[in-house]
Amino acid sequence: MSDLALPAATRAPSASPALLLLRRLVRRRLVLISLFILLVMVVAAVGAPWLAPYSPRKMDIAHRLAAPSAAHWFGTDEFGRDVLTRCMYGARLSLTVGLLVVAVSLTLGTVLGVVSGYVRQLDGLLMRVTDALMAFPDILLAIALMAALGASLTDVVIALSTVYTPRVARVARGAVLVLRELQFIEAAEALGASSRRVIVVHLLPNLLSPLLVQGTFVFAFSILTEAALSFLGAGVPPTSATWGNMIATAQEYMQNADWLILAPGLCIVLTVLSLQAVGDGLRDALDPRLRRLT
Amino acid sequence: MTRYLLRRLAGMIVVMFLVATIVFVIAHVIPGDPAAVMLGPAATAADVEALRERLGLDAPLPVQYVQFMDSVVHLRLGESIFLSRSVTQALAERAPLTIQLTVLAAGLATLIGVPIGVLSAVKRGGALDQGLTAAAMAGASLPSFWIGLTLIEYLSVRLHLLPVAGYGPPDASPLERLTYLIMPAIALGIPSSALIMRFTRTSMLDVLQEDYVRTARAKGLRPSTVIFKHAFRNARTSVLTVIGLTVAGLLGGAIVTETVFALPGVGNLVVSAVLRRDYPVIQGALLVISGVYVLINLGIDILYAVLDPRVRY
Repeated sequence: MSDLALPAATRAPSASPALLLLRRLVRRRLVLISLFILLVMVVAAVGAPWLAPYSPRKMDIAHRLAAPSAAHWFGTDEFGRDVLTRCMYGARLSLTVGLLVVAVSLTLGTVLGVVSGYVRQLDGLLMRVTDALMAFPDILLAIALMAALGASLTDVVIALSTVYTPRVARVARGAVLVLRELQFIEAAEALGASSRRVIVVHLLPNLLSPLLVQGTFVFAFSILTEAALSFLGAGVPPTSATWGNMIATAQEYMQNADWLILAPGLCIVLTVLSLQAVGDGLRDALDPRLRRLT
Repeated sequence: MTRYLLRRLAGMIVVMFLVATIVFVIAHVIPGDPAAVMLGPAATAADVEALRERLGLDAPLPVQYVQFMDSVVHLRLGESIFLSRSVTQALAERAPLTIQLTVLAAGLATLIGVPIGVLSAVKRGGALDQGLTAAAMAGASLPSFWIGLTLIEYLSVRLHLLPVAGYGPPDASPLERLTYLIMPAIALGIPSSALIMRFTRTSMLDVLQEDYVRTARAKGLRPSTVIFKHAFRNARTSVLTVIGLTVAGLLGGAIVTETVFALPGVGNLVVSAVLRRDYPVIQGALLVISGVYVLINLGIDILYAVLDPRVRY
């Protein structure tokens, strides 16, 4: 997937790029719907303390494992807690993890990628290290790191960032290698611009689009991997209502209460799907070659 | 070609060396004392100390690193703390199941992904294409453990079509065993089939743009001939690459799927090792799985060079 994101880097954005981009994005219905779903998720997560119909910890044993109804849209769990409320609080955790992983891995990955693409002597070593890190399947490296680190939210973010930084670094390096050969960089260098100036003024702005696309995918994957970690019992402690944890505990009760796995599952699917659709939309909108194609 | 192979092999050795180093680092920041874990809570401090010494855990880190690398090079993976057998033996016992599951899932993903990808590319821009592309995106967004749980709930518990979980009684026939692998293969294969579909679609779109395809059409060949004999042949190489990558990715997915379905494979071994802090097993599994991953990738690259005469090294 990362390879497909590359061609966008070779083209500098045109006039008033932000506006053009937005217009191009919104024109696609799937992207528009996805942006709307993401907005709903974010509002639900941020506004959970005010918008949620119940308290996430309020137990109501008389109504435990109640099926979805007008009072409890997504039903209640084994302690009679409202599942919709817990999904909203789960969104807080899952989206926070995703955002932090994106922030950390994009920053580190970009630095590594630019260094690798710019400093020839370090390129070989850095790329072999990313190869080595990418030789572990995502989830395997993540649970091994979780075993080493602990079980806090910070540990999950560190583990997932370690998994996804190499991927971002790859994309950034690829884009830098392409850009380096272009004439405007050559011109800047010929005019005597320092490496720092070339990187900050000419290189980084052009890396923005492939990194933006990559960022949405990292966001999507880290939500999926975080859920899998929680499910395996290697993520944040089961007392925190992440979507993955909710599904893991729901396993026992699923025969009588399938809404317990359907509701958090739906949250994951909708969020990840929307992120991927926005990522795809961004890639197409940023790449004139693809626009002609589809 | 020989020179290319040699260079790739050398690169692979470097990567494996770094992989082993990463495994060593991870294993040595794991909190807790392996010796204390091995002896259990009833052990005295002196016992723990004696065992630490016997295991070489009291040596300085660089010395431990050299010893670790030495045993890796000689493929000695040590003894499991909890399973009373060597790590190599534990992995070997569980590998066949994981290999079967991975192959089944990869086969399924290919059978679904490639035809749909071709169809979608041929009908590009139409309602069918948009629908299939959206479906593929949805497929790639489903957590495999969630697919697994949902399948168990509806196909096994409610409809009694397939066994819930596990791998059957010890005397089960191979065919019976296969029924235990159907749902896991679906759960594992669906997200990958979406990936293969999207990749097939993109490569087919690229190829369909080429002049020679237009020529083939212009000379009046039947559309099916153009698509399968002319276009798909050239898309094949990149599709093969993504299938190879999928197989490698499925190794990771198997960890989760085997846990959902309580299948005694390598993935299950890894998860229980992590939860019990069975250090030698964690180390060994990390090394072996990443080794297989690297080998598969090497295999794909070589296959690529063989299949596509345009690739020159």
